[in-house]
Amino acid sequence: MKQRDIKRLSLILLFAPFALWIVLLIVLPHLGMFYISLREKVAPRTYEFGLENYINFFAEPIYWNTLIRTGSMSLLVTVLALLLGFPIAYYIAKIAGQRSRGALFLMCLIPLWVSDLIRAFGWILLLRETGIISSSLQWAGLVNTPIEFLYNDATVIMGLVYTVILFMIVPLVSTLDGMDDSMIEAGYNLGGNGPTVLRRIIIPYAMPGIVSGCIVVFMLTAGSYLTPILLGGKNSSWFTEQIYDQFITRYNWESGAAFGFLLLAFTSLVVWGGLKLSGQTLNSTVARS
Amino acid sequence: MQPHTENDLECIRIQKHFGSVRAVDDVSFEIPKGSFFSILGPSGCGKTTLMRMIAGFEQPSSGDIRIKGKSVIGTPPNRRNVKMVFQHLALFPMMNVYENIAYGLRCAGASKDVIRSKVHDVLERISLPDVANREISQLSGGQKQRIAIARCMVLDPDVLLLDEPLGALDLKLREAMKIELKLLQHQFDTTFVYITHDQSEALVMSDNVAIMNQGKFVQIGTPQELYHNPSAAFVAGFVGDTNRWAGRVTRVEGNTVEVETEAGLAMRGSIRGTGAPGVGDKVSAFVRPEFITAEKAGGSMQAGNGQNVIEGKVDSILFNGANSRVLVRDRAGELIEADVVLTGGPQDLKPKDDVTLSWSPEQTMSFKA
Repeated sequence: MKQRDIKRLSLILLFAPFALWIVLLIVLPHLGMFYISLREKVAPRTYEFGLENYINFFAEPIYWNTLIRTGSMSLLVTVLALLLGFPIAYYIAKIAGQRSRGALFLMCLIPLWVSDLIRAFGWILLLRETGIISSSLQWAGLVNTPIEFLYNDATVIMGLVYTVILFMIVPLVSTLDGMDDSMIEAGYNLGGNGPTVLRRIIIPYAMPGIVSGCIVVFMLTAGSYLTPILLGGKNSSWFTEQIYDQFITRYNWESGAAFGFLLLAFTSLVVWGGLKLSGQTLNSTVARS
Repeated sequence: MQPHTENDLECIRIQKHFGSVRAVDDVSFEIPKGSFFSILGPSGCGKTTLMRMIAGFEQPSSGDIRIKGKSVIGTPPNRRNVKMVFQHLALFPMMNVYENIAYGLRCAGASKDVIRSKVHDVLERISLPDVANREISQLSGGQKQRIAIARCMVLDPDVLLLDEPLGALDLKLREAMKIELKLLQHQFDTTFVYITHDQSEALVMSDNVAIMNQGKFVQIGTPQELYHNPSAAFVAGFVGDTNRWAGRVTRVEGNTVEVETEAGLAMRGSIRGTGAPGVGDKVSAFVRPEFITAEKAGGSMQAGNGQNVIEGKVDSILFNGANSRVLVRDRAGELIEADVVLTGGPQDLKPKDDVTLSWSPEQTMSFKA
């Protein structure tokens, strides 16, 4: 009896910090936000319950256009990160020698030691009109006038891919690492050529890692704020910027909270769709790696 | 027209170097159609490298590999009709049993109907007709084994390579699978090349066994030949259990030698292997435990008719049913193993009993060291 009580107590104690964290920092604020998002401002300091804030979002094309734009650009970033990250991860996990593997993996992680902000300013140093690339092109005589590389979609996408690709490589390396080399050899031995082995064996095997990397990358991208603002400028039209505007610039917490929930709902919907399409579950992907 | 040949697989003077290491050194052999051929050797002897060269995952530094009389040097692994059962089987966990077996047929471009009938046919033949829709993780160890073989056999390979596939199984299942593999080989009538370091697997299943050591084939022969007529000291020591002595020749008499071991034991033995030892040469003498008779001292045993006879004391009894054995410490202090029959009666040998060991010179295989 006593033994069981002790067991239960220790379980509660171990679980407490996590539960507190979840309840205090995630559940409560979200409940509060949800409550705020359902308030309609009818007069100064008078509120009514209603869906006005949500209706506003759909009534104003600029709002939902921004959300769609953010979503599609995030998907593009995810796809690019996957296409670039997969060969890198495959090289690290399967081709590189035992000794260089650790070094390569570490090299992939090093950028994480520098903050997002500093890295974004690094890009600005390179890409601005008076930046290194522009001036070296002028010096080389390839162009006559300074070129502004910043403040366009391509730069934003490139910067985002650079920021998030690590979160694609890490789960991919860990799944591919768990794959027995003889599985690939068996694929060839039974008559498959390179593309067949890649399509029928390596990719299906790595699917949990691919999906979990994609989920993390998509969520990070859609919710990112610094990179789109700094590299895309005021016109980058990223949805997080809208939310920031509502909260800070316009001091319209009600509408900002509603936008926040819409972003959450939208990204969740995309992730759910992705899971359905790839035939995976959250359990088999994010929970596993 | 390719030349007509009865051999499914021929290796001609195969060499493989990794840097200065000779993993496989001048190996030649041929395997007739439909036989079970084992390559037996200690770990690190190059047998896996040899197998990987036959499968096409490694290129030999020199020499030729011929499958059905046709050289396959330069043919990539997926174009060779040699299939392989991997050490850990390498079944594809993301596919079910049906998909696993169908994979090779799909690669070969077979039609859906052909695939379906062939998969069901092969499942029937390995007597697992109902597992087509199971996931790999739902199979038992022995079933996985058979699926791995079926996945290869459905493609009608010229040669099936098996790389120690029984290593991961527990003892009971391993014993059962040995017999099963042999039966499957008969049933499919395909050449099996089986790689193992476990001599009992090789002896039980094979038509022919090659003993490999340090990259070279030491002897190729039937299991009986290897066991009773080893051509080299390594084979005598590696195949089967044996007592081993190192000693010097004191007298040569035709095919018989008198040997004095380092511990001072004298015995008569028969010369085996290559090179006739002269007086004073070093030799290794091997006697298998089943050829040594152990009797309580003071019995009817006599030193007559040329038998080797020595006295000793039972050190311990290794009881293992019909395979029981005694360890006898002789006067020189060495331990000698001998097979005994233990009936459970009062006549059985017990530790500390004085015993007389005897064996014939014929069974004392002496190799020039």
